[in-house]
Amino acid sequence: MTQYRVLPGPEHFLPPAAASMGIYLPNPGEAHINGVIVPEEKAYEEAARQFLMAQVPTIFPGPLVLWAWNEKAAKKAAAVRKLYDILKECVQPGQKPMLIPMPDYRPKYPKINPEVEINPNHPNLTIWHNKIDCCMFIGVHCHQANLSLKIIRGGTSCYTVAMCAQAGHEDAMLSFRDASVEKILKLGEWIRKLKGTVKPRLTTAKTSASN
Amino acid sequence: MSKERIKISPDLYDIMPSDYQDLVQSATYGKEDRGWKDIGTSKELIEQHSLCAGCPESMAFRYILASLPNPEDTVMVGSTGCTSLVFPMVAVHNIHSLFGNQNAIASGLKRALSVRFPDRVKDVVVLAGDGATVDIGLDMTLQAWFRQEKFTTICFDNELYANTGGQESGLMQKGFVAKMAPVGKLFDKVRLPEIARESGCHYVVNCTVSKPSLVEKVIRNSVLIAREIGPTYIQLYTPCILEIGKNSMEGLQEMRDSEKPTERFAYKEYISEPAKQLLAELAAKDKERKAAAKQLAGKA
Repeated sequence: MTQYRVLPGPEHFLPPAAASMGIYLPNPGEAHINGVIVPEEKAYEEAARQFLMAQVPTIFPGPLVLWAWNEKAAKKAAAVRKLYDILKECVQPGQKPMLIPMPDYRPKYPKINPEVEINPNHPNLTIWHNKIDCCMFIGVHCHQANLSLKIIRGGTSCYTVAMCAQAGHEDAMLSFRDASVEKILKLGEWIRKLKGTVKPRLTTAKTSASN
Repeated sequence: MSKERIKISPDLYDIMPSDYQDLVQSATYGKEDRGWKDIGTSKELIEQHSLCAGCPESMAFRYILASLPNPEDTVMVGSTGCTSLVFPMVAVHNIHSLFGNQNAIASGLKRALSVRFPDRVKDVVVLAGDGATVDIGLDMTLQAWFRQEKFTTICFDNELYANTGGQESGLMQKGFVAKMAPVGKLFDKVRLPEIARESGCHYVVNCTVSKPSLVEKVIRNSVLIAREIGPTYIQLYTPCILEIGKNSMEGLQEMRDSEKPTERFAYKEYISEPAKQLLAELAAKDKERKAAAKQLAGKA
């Protein structure tokens, strides 16, 4: 069994694909946390905890939910909005939840506006600019999500969650599989359930100075 | 993709960057009479680009994208060169091919689209520089024409390899001295429009992009003919102002100077007999449609 764990970075300039380090994907009904396969229920709890701990918990909806390709996509988008609203309700003063879209995958030249969007070819720019320390990808095509998750792990200390509609992502620190409206809302329920029980890691002027 | 699918999920509409909201609200996808006159009154299908200030290629891009008859169902194939810096900012499906491979990629793509979407019109348009079209990719360019592949090939002819510093290309004019071709071109500019005609292209035009209405007509004709009959070829002079020692404001004049009757970009057009017939039919239908619309407007 591999000793490698998918942990928040910065790992280094070119982090290895987690799959090449022996991390494998969960079966239906399972998820993974840091590359270790766990029952899905445990992953909901951990994802909710990470969101509530983060200073800037952020959801990154991708093209598969941002664009109303079909009724299912629009319903997922509604669920994503609901999850964001729950997150806003449940965080404590000083935490700043964000909802930043990834509308498509075109590299943005001459520069991206990191306040309004994220791009899979340079996701670190949006994460650095907004000081995002926990994020969730949803509705991003797998190959672009893998690319992005690796760049984030390589260059930032952001905790990454993947709510994947297919088989999950090894390169995320926590990954669900077979994402659906129900699963998105269930994560919201867990956030509500843990509200007030998790201490956020807030940076105050005092702690910054002492660091 | 059909234009009906270009919709933002209502629950996430407010977080979409304004460029995308504008594309959905005011771009001319699906508009029957779209053309260069929409520029300035609707969202263009090209966002910011990284070409040099005053580059005639950027004008060409804007006119072409405004003139495609069916942008929501068009796939453009690009190749290495200045054009490849622009394609990421274009709101039309596009593929970047290996340098020179563009017409081979487009051949497979067109055939695959015909199989996948037998009931829907899907246009394929190749847009590449002179190096990709005439030098490195000449084999693929010609073979696609020989096979009568039904797509349009557009060549942005700036008469040298611009973004690598100014090396000699097949379409460079005889005697021209470039930064990386100090001896001067020793032989004539390759006469690709004539070669295109002899290779089976049904519509061939050689011109500059100084006149938007002309570019609109040419692009529209070339796509419609390629859709129904066979390959078409458009060679557009898009001078590299940096490599020929001009300033940003001088690109347009350079094109005007080069399109005079005795110059190398004097307007030349070839239309095959079947293509002429098709254009006549389309013109008649268009006239009928416009008359009906006028009548309807009169009644209202």
